[in-house]
Amino acid sequence: MRSLETRPSVDLQLSPLEFKLLNDFQHDFPLHPRPYLTLAKTLGISEAEVLERLRTLQAAGLISRVGVVLQPRKVGISTLAAMQVPPERLEEVAALVSNFHEVNHNYEREHAFNLWFVLTAADATRLAEVIAAIESNTGLQVCSMPMEEDFHIDLGFRIHG
Amino acid sequence: MLNEQEQQLVGVFQNGFPLTEHPFHAMGQAIGLNEQQVLDGLHALQEKGIIKRIGVVVHHHELGYRANAMVVWDVPDESVREIGARIKQFDFVSLCYLRRRCLPAWPYNLYCMIHGRERNETLERAERLTVGCGLTPYKREVLFSRRRFKQCGARYFQGSRNEALGT
Repeated sequence: MRSLETRPSVDLQLSPLEFKLLNDFQHDFPLHPRPYLTLAKTLGISEAEVLERLRTLQAAGLISRVGVVLQPRKVGISTLAAMQVPPERLEEVAALVSNFHEVNHNYEREHAFNLWFVLTAADATRLAEVIAAIESNTGLQVCSMPMEEDFHIDLGFRIHG
Repeated sequence: MLNEQEQQLVGVFQNGFPLTEHPFHAMGQAIGLNEQQVLDGLHALQEKGIIKRIGVVVHHHELGYRANAMVVWDVPDESVREIGARIKQFDFVSLCYLRRRCLPAWPYNLYCMIHGRERNETLERAERLTVGCGLTPYKREVLFSRRRFKQCGARYFQGSRNEALGT
């Protein structure tokens, strides 16, 4: 668990190359034995430099990963869950929730419903088990809001320079 | 649903591609496939619509978008799909979902993630979206993100956990 509040607030100064790496390759990553070489050719730099820059951007936390984003309802089952946690118990409950392998996002939000997390599992039975375990371990109710439709096909994020 | 090989592939992809010269070869080794089988598997998953996109996945917060909010509305079921389809045109929205309500505690069914550099920018964007998509009549809440306790790619299958990612 880490709190972003404690991170230094730096003014982000991206070089043109970093900007391109972050912005231009969110889609259509080359499915080719040496994909980073393809990126390198597009950028006019070496493959080694592409890899080095990506590692640096990942270490700095700007890149989560280079990889696939799955269509949520096509694989297994997922839901968005929310809890109203007494403020003095928030850290304890958040840690308990994050500890489940099935939880992939877990955020504090400004609301009486102050803890929000996404649960994904291979099947509905396991999902229900995790929710029941969180409820019994915390004594708090979990609201579950499963997705019925995804309106925004494209999850890429355009960075404004 | 996925066959066993697809499950293995998704399992090995969910932590991201290795940053090495031959990433698909490296991933294949972990599950006993050759490079071409991994690439074929990726193509097949794309064609089946299981993969939404392939590429760089950024963290908004670290990119300077510090005022991120989930905005929710309670929209009548008969109008929500038409309105949801209009939301695509706003590029500060990264996700937009219709979700089942959790009544009586939580009456909202339309969800967007809105990103901004500071609170007023995000609020102004939420307002622009509300007006632009005809959402003005409906009950709305803006829930700014505070602490992030955990964020990683979805992990549907056991056996490929990588806690070292820690993001």
